[in-house]
This record gives sequence, structure tokens and C-alpha cells, in this order.
Amino acid sequence: MIEFNTQIEQYKHWSLEIDGVIATLKLGVNEDAAIQTGYKLKLNSYDLGVDIELHDAVQRLRFEHPEVRTVILTSSKEKVFCAGANINMLGISSHAHKVNFCKFTNETRNSIEDATSFSGQTYISAINGTAAGGGYELALATDYIMLIDDSSSAISLPEVPLLAVLPGTGGLTRVVDKRKVRRDHADYFCTLAEGIRGKRAVKWKLIDELVPRSKFTEKVKERALEFAKKSARPENEKGILLTPINRKIEEDRITYDNVSIEFKRQTRIVNLTVHAPKGDLPTTTESILEAGANYWPLAMARELDDAIMHLSFNELELGTWVLRTSGDADQVFAIDQTLVQNQDYWLVREIILNLKRVFKRLDLVSRSLVALIEPGSCFTGTLLELVLAADRSYMLDGSFEDSDDDPAMLRPTEMNFGALPMCNDLTRIQTRFIDDIENVENIRNEIANNLDAAVANELGLVTFIPDDIDWEEEVRIAVEERTSFSPDALTGMEASLRFAGPETIETKIFGRLTAWQNWIFQRPNAVGEEGALNLYGTGKQSNYDKKRV
Amino acid sequence: MSINYNEKIPNNVDLSSDRRLQRALEGWQPEYLKWWGGLGPEKSNDLNVYLRTAISVEKDGWAHFDYVRMPDYRWGIFLTPSDSDRTIDFGIHKGQPAWQEVPGEYRSELRRLIVTQGDTEPASVEQQRQLGRTCPSLYDLRNLFQINVEEGRHLWSMVYLLQAYFGRDGREEAEEMLERHSGDPDKPRILEAFNEETPDWLSYFMFTYFTDRDGKFQLASLAESGFDPLARSCRFMLTEEAHHMFVGETGIGRVVQRSCDLMNEHKIRSSAAEDGVRKYGGIDLQTIQKYLNFHFSVSVDLFGQELSTNAATYYNTGIKGRFNESKINDDHLLHDSTYSVLELKGNQILNVDVPALNAVNERLRDDYIFDCDLGVRRWNKIIADSGIDFQLKLPHRAFHRGIGQFSEIQSDPQGNIITQLEWERLHHEWLPTQEDKEYIQSLMQPVTEPGKIAGWIVPPKSKINRLPFEFEFVKFN
Repeated sequence: MIEFNTQIEQYKHWSLEIDGVIATLKLGVNEDAAIQTGYKLKLNSYDLGVDIELHDAVQRLRFEHPEVRTVILTSSKEKVFCAGANINMLGISSHAHKVNFCKFTNETRNSIEDATSFSGQTYISAINGTAAGGGYELALATDYIMLIDDSSSAISLPEVPLLAVLPGTGGLTRVVDKRKVRRDHADYFCTLAEGIRGKRAVKWKLIDELVPRSKFTEKVKERALEFAKKSARPENEKGILLTPINRKIEEDRITYDNVSIEFKRQTRIVNLTVHAPKGDLPTTTESILEAGANYWPLAMARELDDAIMHLSFNELELGTWVLRTSGDADQVFAIDQTLVQNQDYWLVREIILNLKRVFKRLDLVSRSLVALIEPGSCFTGTLLELVLAADRSYMLDGSFEDSDDDPAMLRPTEMNFGALPMCNDLTRIQTRFIDDIENVENIRNEIANNLDAAVANELGLVTFIPDDIDWEEEVRIAVEERTSFSPDALTGMEASLRFAGPETIETKIFGRLTAWQNWIFQRPNAVGEEGALNLYGTGKQSNYDKKRV
Repeated sequence: MSINYNEKIPNNVDLSSDRRLQRALEGWQPEYLKWWGGLGPEKSNDLNVYLRTAISVEKDGWAHFDYVRMPDYRWGIFLTPSDSDRTIDFGIHKGQPAWQEVPGEYRSELRRLIVTQGDTEPASVEQQRQLGRTCPSLYDLRNLFQINVEEGRHLWSMVYLLQAYFGRDGREEAEEMLERHSGDPDKPRILEAFNEETPDWLSYFMFTYFTDRDGKFQLASLAESGFDPLARSCRFMLTEEAHHMFVGETGIGRVVQRSCDLMNEHKIRSSAAEDGVRKYGGIDLQTIQKYLNFHFSVSVDLFGQELSTNAATYYNTGIKGRFNESKINDDHLLHDSTYSVLELKGNQILNVDVPALNAVNERLRDDYIFDCDLGVRRWNKIIADSGIDFQLKLPHRAFHRGIGQFSEIQSDPQGNIITQLEWERLHHEWLPTQEDKEYIQSLMQPVTEPGKIAGWIVPPKSKINRLPFEFEFVKFN
């Protein structure tokens, strides 16, 4: 089982040093501490284990270190910054693992950009040696790239010429879309195994600054301080500790404090329920800070995030996730109000940004998502996003027979209108009504109102509203039918339908680059017996099928 | 104004009719001369040195002797004449005609190899630039300069390949070769051994014996390359490289001889520093062993990682072969064969069979170590013939390593793994200490009178162009 929870004391590959407003994350991969057996992590190459630590560090920097304004990514090894994803690892990994690995690493890179753009924590790269493939892509996720000018350290994306695959963590997209490198320059660069160094790297905008070796440390610090000055991070604030989450894994269930999961392995279905908070809720910034990692929107989001990652990596055959909520909708509503009122407070901002990232991760899962809205549920505001993220939703019209429960309701809040955008930069409601701004406004007018099934249906927030006579049959058939389809076709279909609207760097990475990569990962030219990934390191030449497809 | 290229730059590459190459060299040559003036041998501009200049590749053309004012040395471009039917001897292109142009798919690998090789040539000139001040004799001074100009010529050879075959990228690489400098904190030379100082003549002899021998093995494996111009350049360079190693081997032999002579003359039993030949101005055998340990270990590093993907690719694609490739009796493909290498397993060093393709580096290292040992045996013969009970030894390859798996552990010279603590306690017995270095430095007093020699070394047995040791090999104007 792959474990995503870690803490700084357990890191094997990264070290985190904090000096006032500057944090330095140094990559020093322990080559014998790979997450699987069968390969060594040479030359600061990484596998999922290395990236899980990076993801953890990025999260902790945001929550535990409000004082940190600039994060320097660099290497603790001489002459090598990072050689990217370990090729032997890719060679022996299953297709599913490769794809999951790429997705996770991409999400981590995106979270680095998110911290730079929204948290006032600017990431910069101090490339103090060779940065190849994923190594340069890691730097591309930062906002400022400094390269040591020792006339041997180069940046490169050698995947195409050396490995017959693509740079899988956004490199191609970021080179042209983020750094605005001219496409012909990019084309040349991406076919050059040894990469580019020196002045040409600056001229072509592949890096921002070239620094002599003897001045490197000094210059990096100087730049870090300049970025720190522009940051809106708070002063004199204490961070909160991201304490380990509480999780119990059993054969057919996983239980967290605020999320519970049951598997039906026979039918390959996951029942995932998010529970509303109970008891008194903090309403002031002081009490939120005091609650820290236990504050419901943070605790719930961390648990949901862990559940998504766990199920994605460790439960490949559970193809349909049925999403439910339970508990007091007023409590969820109160939470949203507190978040909106205090959104300028650094910790609340981080909590909202974290919710955004967790829902984005949910948008991207290769699982069918079905939301069931039943009496006793609390699809309000933040949790309404679960309905909007689902491929389909069913809302019970009225109550079940012989039950005193109130009918199920949906309740929009301010949170549904901007705080939690998808990776196309639109809200889920905007994406849903891509040509119908008027309806978006109609829904906005219902903020704080309870919407019953008929109204929700009228507003287009749910797919179907069976009554209690039809409910069980309709839901069962819908879910059973879905589990009978080809998982590949479903994944492709869902990914294509979920992201209407404009392209962004993120949609291009996940929809274009990753899709191509996943195709290439299946092709003999990469993974066949004579494919480049398989032969890498043996010195043997790959034998390509020369037909263009 | 037309320049007579054949006069200025002796060559057999038809420079006078190659306009592209002329243009490239016109830009590069002044920079080269500037580099030589700034970082070549110190205070050598006014010297007249009895040098060998290669003016053609004919039998008597490669060794033309005359006095030359150092900056007027004519650095030429020579390739061993082409054999038009040459085929590639190994790898997947085995049996195909050797490439006369760079194959596009191997362009970057070839360029990297040529740059790495080329970078070492000016590096050693920079490392040795101050030695002229402290020469033990005019004969040795002349040899130093001979080696320096030839390293310069080797740079020319590599630059020629870059400029003639690699377009704009090649020209840029050629320029950078003059921008990197040995030991420069900002732009060091590519390989670490070439950023170390060569502070004294004992180090210099060790360097030419051990480190230039790495050059021999690299050049020999590049001389097998499927890229014919590279193969031919390297073959011609090898004839000169042999002389460099000769200077090293005889140099160390002469120091050993002097040490033995002093021991016999003064009836000294001990080969150690404290009670040995030092009080008579000689270099004790134990100090020679320490220098040997140091230079051998840093030179062994130059062969890279034990198991190497790059080396495997270079071999398989026919761009870099093994030492004496054509004399090896196997399929020259290595797809299914294995090779035995020493590997670190826990706390032990064991022989392990690995895919032969990946072990190409290690095989070259084996060949190198074998070759190094031949000279050690000749030095030991000098010691034995002098009736002294002492033997110089190559340290184990695990000793004092900075690259490869053994860099992770400490070992004694016999290859026993020891703890870091033991290393701290004992390394001064195995490697030159500050005190040793200072003592050697104290011996470095210049001797520039013809026929005279410093007290720590004996005169050579061999002659240059049949001229006696007393000949005025360097004239100070």
C-alpha cells in the first residue's frame, strides 16, 4: 500500500531549512530509499516517494510557516540539481502506476504554482547542477529560475530524443505557455538530449538568470529577499501544526473523523460520505488558529484528499465512487459564512486554497463520480461542490416512505461562486452552464436558500430527481450499468466532459500533455521489448515502429 | 590579404581549400594565442626551446626538431591518413563503413565526448604553468614545454573536429574550451582531476604517468570510433601521448634511482621520511609511495562510474570502443555477455558478473590499472637492482575514491574497508601530508645551467634526438 502521509522528521530525500522569511528545500535523494524495489534513485532522480515528501513539504510550508515568503528549491548534491523521474522505475512500473505517478507529480507542481500565485510564498529555483527532464520541469513550476554558470550545468528536456516519451510533468506546456518560449526554440530545445546552458538559456527565456558559481549562493539569497519583499504573507503570525490525520483502514471500509468510506468490492463501488461538523464552531480568527488542523474545513479536506489519493493508487478496481454527505446543513452553512467573512486572514485563505486543490484533485480522478442527495444530507456551499464535481447526480424528490426525515435540500453559498475554481479557472457552476450566464445568476440569487429537488432540477443543479418509488431501482441501475462499461472508455469520456470552457495551463497539462503521454506510455516505441524505456541504461538501441499515427 | 594556411597551421586536412574551416579558425586562433599567453607556461615567451614539431604525418614529418620561440610554435592539425575502406568494428553498426560525417542521431554524444576529451588538454597546460620556475634541469624544462605545446596541439585537434563537423554548436564549444580554466571557481574544467594543482615536479611526473595514461586509454578507445575523423585524430595524438607517459615513467624512475643511490651512499636502511634520505636532499621511497597513491586514485576516478549507461550507449552505437578493440576475441556486440566487476556488497568487495555493455568503463579501468602496474614493476626493478628491500605498490581501486561506488566508503591501500574514524587516524600514512608537500616544495630550486641537475633526481639515460644531457635544450634570451 502506498502511504501519502509523512512528516518532516521522516523525510529521506528532502531537507527543509528555514531562515527568517526564506525557506530552502534541498533535494538530496537517498538512492537506496526508493518506494519500490528494483531500482536505485541515482543522480537525484525521483519516484513517487520523493514526490510525496515534496508535496508534504509544500503543504507544511503554507500552514506551518506563515513567516516564509520565498522558497528556494535547490539540490544538496554537487553538480546535479535533479535528473527527473527515475527511468528504471518507469521501466518496471505498471501503466496504471506510471499514470498515477505522473498525475500526482503534476498536482504537486501545480500546488507549487498555487502557493506562488495565491499564498505569497514564491518558489524560485537555484539550479546548481544538471537539471534534466523532470528536474527542469520542477524548476518550471517555480516562478524564477536561476542557473549556475559553470559552463557545464545545463537544463534539458531529453525525453523525446532519449526515452521516446514526453516530459510528463508539464514541461512542454510550461515552456511555451508559462515562460513564453518561442515554439521553434522550444522545438529545438525539446529534441536536444544534452540541453542548453549559458547565455542561450537566458536569451530563449528558458531560465531567468545565469549566475557565476562563486556568487551563486549570495545571488540566490539576494533574489529570495527581493521576492520576499513583495509578499503579502502576514507578519508575526504563528503557524499551525499539520498533525497526522486519524485514519482506520479495514478490509471493506476506511474511517476518518469526517469522511467514511465503504467498499463493495464485488460491484467495484465506493460509497464515500462526508460528515458535517458537530458542536460549537470557531467563528473568530483566534479560535480558528487555536482549532488549527482540527478545524473542520481543513480536517475534512485533508481527509478527503488522503481518501482520493489512497483510492486512486491503492484501489484501482473500485471504479465508481458514490458521493454522499450526512449531518447538519446549518453547520456547513455556518462554516462557509466564517470562511467568507475571514477570507483575508492568512490561515482562512490557506484553508480555502486547500479546499480548492482537493476539489481539483477530485475533478481529475479517473473514476466515475455519482452524487446521491438524500434526506439527512448536507450538500451546502462547499459540500455542494461534490454534486457539481460528479458526472451525474440523483436527488430524492421528497422523503422516503415511512420516514420522518425532512426532504433533501441543496443550499448554495458564496463559496460556490469563485473561491473554488476548477483547473479551467471557472467555477463548477460556470462550467456547468457554460453558455448560460443568466442561470448562473439565478443560482447566485438563491445563495443561503434551501432548494428542494424540484427547484434544484429546474436550476439544473442535479441530473435526475426520482421519487421514493423509483429511487432505489433508478440509482441501482445507473450505477450497475456504469460498472459494466470499459474503464478506459469511461475515463476518457469523463475527462473530456468535465472541463468545458477555456483552456488553461493546467487543463492543457492534464487534458493534452498527459493524454498524449498516456498513449505514448502504451506504445511499443516506448514500452515494447525494443522500446526506449525498456532499453534505457542497457546501451542498446531502440527499434522504433516508423509509422506516424 | 591571403594567408598561407599551410605555413601558419601545418595540417593534412586541406585547410587552404576549406573556407568554412578557415573562417572558424581565424576567429579561434587569436583567442587561442591570447589564452596561451595568459595561461600557458609562465615567462616562456622569450625562450628558445629545442622542440619537436609535427609538420606532416609522414614517417619523418611528425618529429621535426629545432629551436622554437615558444609563442611561434606552429600548432598543426594532423589526422592519421584515412583508410578509405575502414569499417566500424563494434556495436550495432559493426561492418558498416566508418562515418565520414557526424551521424545526426549521435551528434550530441559525439560532441560531448570530444568536448570532455578536449577540455583536459588545455587544462593540464594550465595546471603546469608554474613548473618552469623550478625545473630540475634544462632537459626536464624542455620536456615540460614539449608536453605543453603538444597538449595545446591536442586541443587544436579536438577544436578542429568541433569546428569542421559540428556547426555553430561546435564553434561555441570551441570557444568555451578557452573560457573554462583549471581551478577557476566560476568556470572550472569539466573533470575534477584537472582542477587540482600540479605544484611540484614530483606531482608533475606522477601526473604525466598516471593522469596522462588515462588520456591514453580514452584516446585509444576513441581511436576505435565509428566517426572516422575522430578515430584518425586520436590515433595521431596517441603517438605524442606516449612521449608524455615516457616523461612520467622515466621521471619517477630517476627520482627512485636517486633515492636508492642516496640510501646506498649513506648506508641508510630506512625508506621512511624521518630517518631516511631527506637529510641528504632526496625523496624517500615512502613519500614517493604516498604521491603514487594520491595520483593513482584521482586518475582512476576519471574512468567514471563502474556501471554506466552512457558508456554502454557509446559502445553500442559505435562511437567509443574498448581498448584495443580489434584485438579482443569476442562478438564486439556485448548484447549477451557479462563482465566481472568489483562491487561493494555491504561491508565487502566482491566480484560480480554484470552486463558487459554497462561495464565498458570498468573494463577500461582494468586495462588502465594493468598498464599502470607495468611501470611500477620497472621502478621496483630499479630498487631491487640497488639492493634495497622495498616495493612500490598500486593501491587498491577502492582506495581514496571520489567517484563510483567506492566513494561511499573508506578503504586502506590494500582494499580493506575501514571506518571513517580509522581513515582520519591513518590517512596521513597513505597520502601526502602538508609536511610532505612542504618538504617536496623545499627541494624545488631551479637548475638552468646546461648539464647540471637538481639533487633529488638523477640525469636521464635517454637522449632527445640523439643529443646528450649537456645540450642546451632551452636558451634564455
